Amino acid sequence: MASEPQHLEPERANAAMIEADLATADEVRALSRWRRAWDSDVAYSFRRSPVALISSLVALVFILGAAFAPLIAPQNPFDPGSLNLMDGFTAPLEPNAFTGNTFLMGTDDQGRDILSTILYGSRVSLMVGFAGVIFAMVLGTVLGLTAGYLGGWVDAVIMRIADIQLSFPSILIALLIFGVGKALLPREMQDELAIYVLVLAIGLSGWVQFARTVRGTTLVEKNKEYVQAARLIGLHPMLIMLRHVLPNTLGPVLVIATISLALAVITEATLSFLGVGVPPTQPSLGTLIRIGQDFLFSGEWWITLFPSLALVTLALSVNLLGDWLRDALNPKLR
Amino acid sequence: MAAFIIRRLLQSIIVMLVVAFVAFSLFRYVGDPINNMVGQETTLEQREELRERLGLNDSFPVQFARFVGNAVQLEFGISYRQARPVEDLFAERLPATLELAIVSAIFALVFGLALGVYTALRNKSWSAQTIMGLSLVGVSLPTFLIGILLIWVFAVELGWLPSFGRGATVDIGGWTTGLLTASGLQSLILPAITLGLFQLTLIMRLVRAEMLEVLRTDYIKFARARGLSDRAIHFGHALKNTLVPVITITGLQLGAIIAFAIITETVFSWPGVGQLFIQAIQFVDIPVMAAYLVMISLFFVVINLIVDILYYVVDPRLRAERPGAVR
Amino acid sequence: MAQPLLQVRDLRIEIPTRNKVLTAIDGVSFDVADGEILGMVGESGAGKSLTGAAIIGLLDPPLRIAGGEIILEGQRIDNLSYARMRRIRGKKIGAIFQDPLTSLNPLFTVGRQLVETIMTHIDITPTKARARAVELLREVGIPAAERRIDSYPHQFSGGMRQRVVIALALCANPRLIIADEPTTALDVSIQAQILALLKRLTREHGTSVILVTHDMGVIAETANRVAVMYAGRIAEIGPVREVVRHPSHPYTRGLMGAIPTMGHDIEQLNQIDGSMPRLDGIPPGCAFNPRCPHAFERCFKDQPVLLDAGPTRAACWLYDTARLEAANG
Repeated sequence: MASEPQHLEPERANAAMIEADLATADEVRALSRWRRAWDSDVAYSFRRSPVALISSLVALVFILGAAFAPLIAPQNPFDPGSLNLMDGFTAPLEPNAFTGNTFLMGTDDQGRDILSTILYGSRVSLMVGFAGVIFAMVLGTVLGLTAGYLGGWVDAVIMRIADIQLSFPSILIALLIFGVGKALLPREMQDELAIYVLVLAIGLSGWVQFARTVRGTTLVEKNKEYVQAARLIGLHPMLIMLRHVLPNTLGPVLVIATISLALAVITEATLSFLGVGVPPTQPSLGTLIRIGQDFLFSGEWWITLFPSLALVTLALSVNLLGDWLRDALNPKLR
Repeated sequence: MAAFIIRRLLQSIIVMLVVAFVAFSLFRYVGDPINNMVGQETTLEQREELRERLGLNDSFPVQFARFVGNAVQLEFGISYRQARPVEDLFAERLPATLELAIVSAIFALVFGLALGVYTALRNKSWSAQTIMGLSLVGVSLPTFLIGILLIWVFAVELGWLPSFGRGATVDIGGWTTGLLTASGLQSLILPAITLGLFQLTLIMRLVRAEMLEVLRTDYIKFARARGLSDRAIHFGHALKNTLVPVITITGLQLGAIIAFAIITETVFSWPGVGQLFIQAIQFVDIPVMAAYLVMISLFFVVINLIVDILYYVVDPRLRAERPGAVR
Repeated sequence: MAQPLLQVRDLRIEIPTRNKVLTAIDGVSFDVADGEILGMVGESGAGKSLTGAAIIGLLDPPLRIAGGEIILEGQRIDNLSYARMRRIRGKKIGAIFQDPLTSLNPLFTVGRQLVETIMTHIDITPTKARARAVELLREVGIPAAERRIDSYPHQFSGGMRQRVVIALALCANPRLIIADEPTTALDVSIQAQILALLKRLTREHGTSVILVTHDMGVIAETANRVAVMYAGRIAEIGPVREVVRHPSHPYTRGLMGAIPTMGHDIEQLNQIDGSMPRLDGIPPGCAFNPRCPHAFERCFKDQPVLLDAGPTRAACWLYDTARLEAANG
């Protein structure tokens, strides 16, 4: 019915569009990896989210404060020589009746500056926390890889243990391991090695999440062709899988690690509070809170309140960060 | 149905045996039981005699069997620290822990459910966001800290509620209860809230997540397309489907409550088995530790069993032995 | 001519995204008459399901109606409040979806779900509602309806489940049913049964149906008229026979040419080069212009409207009479 129009134009239009496409592709390649990372979804939502920014800032402040405690703390509260008993029981920001010294957060019964105790205490808490998480991460990854790769009864046994362990709260497991560890050690060495046992306990109570994730990825990668190919060449497939499995699990493992850190810090604080954690010579935030509880009724509220606030702030910021990270990396929510 | 129960029972027994094995190894091989039981003056021959009499030189399977036999009869030996039978210590303190656990579980369940449903239905609202934010704080607050905070506000500053002990208790049969006295009830409030708050947060977030999931399903979409009222959709369809997975997790949490009671009891000097356990760790009182392990495992196993049966009852899909098809 | 049951005028649906606002449905207009089955066919993402969702008022935010009107029985329904729209849903407009397994609540019996729906719209006693439910099940062809009414969804086979779904949609005798891929999840043999059922019910109750599918065979089998959708717009609309045998729009021509038919031997299936553009890549003018062998100047500038093209109407500037007259004049 209609006469066919001349259509040189459409062809030209198509060609022009193809050229335009190629140009953009080149441009994209030219952008550096950093720029692309900055523009990526994750970095974008990080920049946009006040929660993520603030919580990582707070966490950073804690970590730096704890790391440089000996340098920035007004005093070393655990060196008996630097203490003055007369400084004791000073309220925050009020000059002491006897010595005239003022402390930002007051002092405890021994004259220790609370701010300093918090800095040193955070140090212990974070050290134990990080060590525990790293231990759990390594243990979990190894077990997850083994279970996924070997399959069969090894897999069944490991997963069974994981399931059973998951149905018990991690505090309980940590308590039990700590109790057994302490019982195994001769009395003299108990104080010295308590920290190591504590790290062991926290690590052993937290490996399961890591193992499950890594095992999942391992199972997926195991069946891929490059593993068969590697076997043919004679390369140990385990090494190949390490190279390919680990990058794939980086995201989820990072989320689990962050949330585990918060849990580890809380677990350590709880154990120390209960009196079965770090030894009294190296108090952590939990120990400080325990000491302070005795003084609540006599009115020196600051001895327990400030360490409590510190603990909550630390745990909260790490938790928020972990939560945000999990949402940012979840493909379903994008 | 019967086959299902029997199978689960067998599994439970196996788990208990494994736990007994671990507990027994603790008991027998960590430290020297003899050294913990006698004074320093006891001679070597006397120790050897004791060792023989207590059967500590018998083979492993024999000792294990004896341990299991004793355990089934609720005999766990003598506490190193208090020189009294472990089972007596437990019997005295169990009612305190159980009352605390049950009251806080009810508290957590009722409020957790209500808040979870509320924040799911009013998802983007300001109040829901606030509650969710607070819940995140709740997860970051360790139990003992909640306890201290509550003590400070209500006991120290306001002076309304006691901060330690159980108050006056009444003896009924073998059970001591604090629910029948005013001071008993008052003493129960702060510890119950402390213990239950963590669970409440967990239940609330779980219910919310489940409900949001359910609200996204096709059958809810279809229900909307049929013009059903919001109330029918939310509380008729969505809620029932939400409860099914929530039941499992909540049931499992009950066991966790008993474990977390350890912390709460320490903060409030509550005379329960949790406090006993902490003291046992501090003093390396192995028999008590072993007994606590077995007891807690028993609780977990039984609770798991009940939850599985409940699940079976609620979800009709699990009941079909052979799904009947109509062509 | 009697007023059409449903009139859609210039419907526009937008999705605000992080960077800009995308238009998912752009200027869609059509009518549905009483008792007719209108097919909506197109590739995935062409906008057929969205149009249906908009009509029944179930657009999920952030999707929103940004323009145009939807008129049912002479009254505008696109701007109604949630509460008023809810009364229309199920009573005037019903919907059935693709997967019968996930459309039914697994924890409630079929009877419970039926009775609940009936009693939401009709004020009768539970006993009468149950009787009506049994009747409905019989009507859609469920054998032993009085017994099956107390069964759970997982106890039915796929085909039977979809019949239950249809029964649920018919509870309050709606005037219009939106069927979104009702047979896609079913076996081919069951498909035929369900389509026959739909046709029979429409005839007996005078219900109209908007049948959304990507399967041209289903349309040819069941529908009276068909609208071909492309990139959120209607490319062509007309009686089924004409659209299939004498397609006017170049896209429809390509579609029909790509369907193998029994009677003819051909060397190769005709393919249309390229693919339907994504929402953020729709070119100006006619959405089909990058792939159209007949595209000319105007196609790249102005978005075409539905123009008469013989027995059907096509959104294609080739059928612009003014230009035709100018060319031939």
